[in-house]
Amino acid sequence: MNRIQQLITANFDRYDGKDIEAYIRLGGFTAIKKAVEQGSDYVIDELKLAGIKGRGGAAYPTWKKWDAGRRRVAEQKFVICNADEGEPGTFKDREILKKDPYKVIEGMMISAYIFGAKKGFVYIREEYWDIQKTFKKAIEKANEAGYLGEGILGTDFDFTLEVFSGAGAYVCGEGSSLIESMEGHAGRPRIKSPRIGEKGYLGYPTLVNNVETLAGVTRILEMGASEYARYGTEKSKGTKVISVSGNVNRPGVYEVPFGVSLREIVYDVAGGVENDRPVKFLQLGGISGPLVPGSALDTKYAYETLDEKGFTVGSGSVVVVDDNNRIIDYLVSVSDFFYHESCGKCTPCREGKRQLTRLLKKFVDGTARLEDVNAIEKVANTMKHASFCGLGQTAPTAILSALKYFMPELWQLVEEGVHENVAEGEWK
Amino acid sequence: MIQVTIDNKTIEVPKDYTVLQAAKSLHIDIPTLCYHPAVKIQGNCRICMVQELDGKLIPACSTKVRDGMQIATNTKFVREMQKGVLELILANHDQDCLKCVRNGHCELQELCERFNISKNVLEENQLSAHAVDNSNPSIVRDYAKCIKCGRCVEICNETQKVNILARAHRGTSFDVLPYYDKPLGDTECVFCGQCIKVCPVGAIYEKNDTEKVLDALEDRDLHVIVQIAPAVRVSIGESFGMAPGEITTGKIVASLKRLGFDRVFDTNFTADLTILEEGSELIDRIQNGGVLPMITSCSPGWINYIEGFAPEALKHLSTCKSPQQMFGALSKTYYAEKEEMHPSKVYTVSIMPCTAKKFEAGRPEMNSYGYIDVDAVLTTRELAQLIRLAGIDFANIEEESFDAPFGLTTGAGAIFGATGGVMEAALRTVYEVLTGENLENIEFEAVRGLDGIKEASVAIGEKTVKVAVAHGLGNASKILKDIQQGVSDYTFVEIMACPGGCIGGGGQPIERHEDTKQHRIDAIYQVDAMMPYRKSHENPAIKALYEEYLGAPLGEKSHHLLHTHYRPRLKK
Amino acid sequence: MNEYSQIDRVLQRYHYDSKALVNILQEVQETCKGRYISEATAEYVAERLDVTKSNVYEVVTFFAALREHPVGEVLIQLCNSTVCKVKKNIEVKNALEEALGIQMGETTKDKKFTLQYTTCFGACDVSPAVRVNKVVYGNLDRETTLALIAKLRREHCE
Repeated sequence: MNRIQQLITANFDRYDGKDIEAYIRLGGFTAIKKAVEQGSDYVIDELKLAGIKGRGGAAYPTWKKWDAGRRRVAEQKFVICNADEGEPGTFKDREILKKDPYKVIEGMMISAYIFGAKKGFVYIREEYWDIQKTFKKAIEKANEAGYLGEGILGTDFDFTLEVFSGAGAYVCGEGSSLIESMEGHAGRPRIKSPRIGEKGYLGYPTLVNNVETLAGVTRILEMGASEYARYGTEKSKGTKVISVSGNVNRPGVYEVPFGVSLREIVYDVAGGVENDRPVKFLQLGGISGPLVPGSALDTKYAYETLDEKGFTVGSGSVVVVDDNNRIIDYLVSVSDFFYHESCGKCTPCREGKRQLTRLLKKFVDGTARLEDVNAIEKVANTMKHASFCGLGQTAPTAILSALKYFMPELWQLVEEGVHENVAEGEWK
Repeated sequence: MIQVTIDNKTIEVPKDYTVLQAAKSLHIDIPTLCYHPAVKIQGNCRICMVQELDGKLIPACSTKVRDGMQIATNTKFVREMQKGVLELILANHDQDCLKCVRNGHCELQELCERFNISKNVLEENQLSAHAVDNSNPSIVRDYAKCIKCGRCVEICNETQKVNILARAHRGTSFDVLPYYDKPLGDTECVFCGQCIKVCPVGAIYEKNDTEKVLDALEDRDLHVIVQIAPAVRVSIGESFGMAPGEITTGKIVASLKRLGFDRVFDTNFTADLTILEEGSELIDRIQNGGVLPMITSCSPGWINYIEGFAPEALKHLSTCKSPQQMFGALSKTYYAEKEEMHPSKVYTVSIMPCTAKKFEAGRPEMNSYGYIDVDAVLTTRELAQLIRLAGIDFANIEEESFDAPFGLTTGAGAIFGATGGVMEAALRTVYEVLTGENLENIEFEAVRGLDGIKEASVAIGEKTVKVAVAHGLGNASKILKDIQQGVSDYTFVEIMACPGGCIGGGGQPIERHEDTKQHRIDAIYQVDAMMPYRKSHENPAIKALYEEYLGAPLGEKSHHLLHTHYRPRLKK
Repeated sequence: MNEYSQIDRVLQRYHYDSKALVNILQEVQETCKGRYISEATAEYVAERLDVTKSNVYEVVTFFAALREHPVGEVLIQLCNSTVCKVKKNIEVKNALEEALGIQMGETTKDKKFTLQYTTCFGACDVSPAVRVNKVVYGNLDRETTLALIAKLRREHCE
């Protein structure tokens, strides 16, 4: 099995992102044609066969999500592409949006066709402002070519697409927060239920999908689900677009079949660790993901094998950290991120983050004591179980896995006491 | 109806119930902090987490029941998580509980007692908080106490539609602040104090004026008099363990006398006076083509609102001062003359269910010939504090009566305390004045009760007059919009800033039960029913006042003392 | 009033649609001196869109791309999230502070440069990275950072 595959990323570097003709020459818009010709039951069956799951991090089977909403009757329905890629260490959507925007647009058309939406939004994070520009151009071209607008492909399918810019808020990756911000409010999550599939944008049924999921749907219909399902493992079919970064020689975006090992990702795909140092740990699936100790590098990269060990695919990011880094510094960095990115709405996340940041700082400056370890665990668990949304629930994931795998190193900090030479002592 | 099982007991509940409501019907009290019956469910404090059969935690306040649902509210896991949340709140909450205005009746304190909180594993009292805001005469915000439950934001922005408060910043810097971090006094805040009423802790409270009043009582040169608003007598008992709606007029009078006030008077008297002035103004506007609908002006929160948000509609307001200010004006003129005292020696205190009254008393135009009408305003809660301070056993003190000349009042004045009361009192008088007939059925049920907006059409002689009553500024803003757009066909409109009217005022004892307001309203109408006189224009003392001093309603003296003018707030 | 006419142009482009507040404020901010949403600007936008001032304030203080306070002509944002930490962004930080004579979070006296930390902006493949007025510069070390500042000085201070 090749460690790198190019299914979803097949068009990368093969056309200029605004050149719709080139996209068509590469086989573009055959997936939407198939969808329109064969009907929505066919599409749902194909997605089921392909086994594709939400690639933003939630990993909910796409066919289930689409199937649940398509029969819901409403005055209006909306589809949204979640391109608010905010998980630190994750930049694969950036590459897909930049290098094959039409695959995403086509995926949105398919989702709109199945769901019954006439209007769609691509919610692109502010940091990708240059991609917003090219995407707007790509939409314009698609309008001109008749792939967006009224009576698409000579049918009665109408669909228009608009770009909405995020404004720098990690929590807006969460569907209801994203919608709040699209309605002119601060992006704080809504109470569920109703879920956004029932009452989303402007109170209407709204289907939100990640960039890679939509590109993946296009590719699956293009090549046929059974062909796609030949890649990957039994339970994790197909491929995953991953972002590899940190202490590796070739950081970047790669598409790998499920089932490769983490070791293969680090050494074969990403060219190994800088200066040939040992891997201390990986962080998988974004900053909300768990730490994977170097000893677990032979774990296969697939939903089932990662889940079994308490790891996760998440957003598909792989941050490689070598033994030159202290675990405490990494945790402080994780904590600092959530300290700023929590929306502030619920007690566990807001106050939990305040306390965790304070507690971790004690390890950095050497004033931590035995009971502080217990306090960290307690606060982290309260956050995990009692927070309002996924952000707060997963914010302590890295800390909890550090307690599991790196306790001796943390103990050492307690025993050593106050250090004179605090590494990077400028933490707030 | 659907079946749910909570703590091993299966019951049937309506299917739109939340887990919290279902538990309540089983007499299980799931802890809450951000939940309040008067505001939208927010689900953000996370103290109400309970466990489903699959072991997962769910928020009881914001989870609807499902058929066959099984809930455990008291497992070790649930307790640990609830306690965990509580400890997180405590770690960033200023714990000077003994000195706190809410000591002894704080929702957070009650939960600490319930969960037997002793030692927190987290360091406490290392606060990161915004400085205290005491920029205005009515409301203080102490940010070190704020637990960010958001109840004040909801009441301000959703119920009252005043929209001053913002959920500002994010992450650990999240704070509830007036927009652009302005002091409340520099915003269009109307000082209605509804935020105080929903705050679970001591983060919002009225500016305390009890020391000022105690100093005045101590001053031998001053003749200190006091007036009591209609709503105070049906609610203050709650501060002393009495049931909501107990009528405690005589006990308040007795307590005030023990505290050392020289005379104790009734604001109901100037409520009657208001009816004569305002009723005459209404008749004048009807007969002489004045601006209609005319809107009442007794609620200072409402005045602040219209001055701040709809200055172009100010012409609709009655020019009458509120009963508090009419009383103040008379105290420094008519009363001072009668008692042969220099007005500077009369110190006038009012006991009000209201925080905006503190602001109103301080308005520069509220003076009579240069003497400030009302010198100090205490809320119902502050009076309770004074009574406790003096060691008075309020529940058992022997009742006493008001003093003359402002002690003889009518039922019409009494009902000012409930929404619809001013309207009803005015109709009782306006009907008789306009028709010259005796009004048989004086109880206007259509304008009573807790519906947000109430309408009635009243036949007065040949004419049918359409009137409306709104309470709570959110409701008021709807009527105001119609008036602004010129599509309102009302002749007379009563508006009270606070939900329920004055009995629900921002200075009232904090209601602990949903039906408290209704009990207070019932008591108000009971006071009315007990009165020998129930129409303001029949009040012999009012008649005497006009004969001896004022002349006629809307006369020159009235104009100087009892009427005022309005202006836009925060002019840019 | 020139400032308001620029704001009006943005509002017109969005058809005074208050739903687009988050995007409107981003564009309005670029037209304002100091590139921030002042209280006066917020009040103006609130009035024209018929939304509350508290709503605008919530949005301005919530989103990282919107600012409540002015920044210098050149806004340099150094990523401070995990990958850039691991990739020794401390060297970049030191070089930036040294070259500009200010600390993170500060603006130079001449209002030319502002230094800030920011969270991950998705350039981890070229970490450590900064954004300079939104444009990403990656793979930085001490030397390339100093060269970048020299280049920015030439572009903005001469």
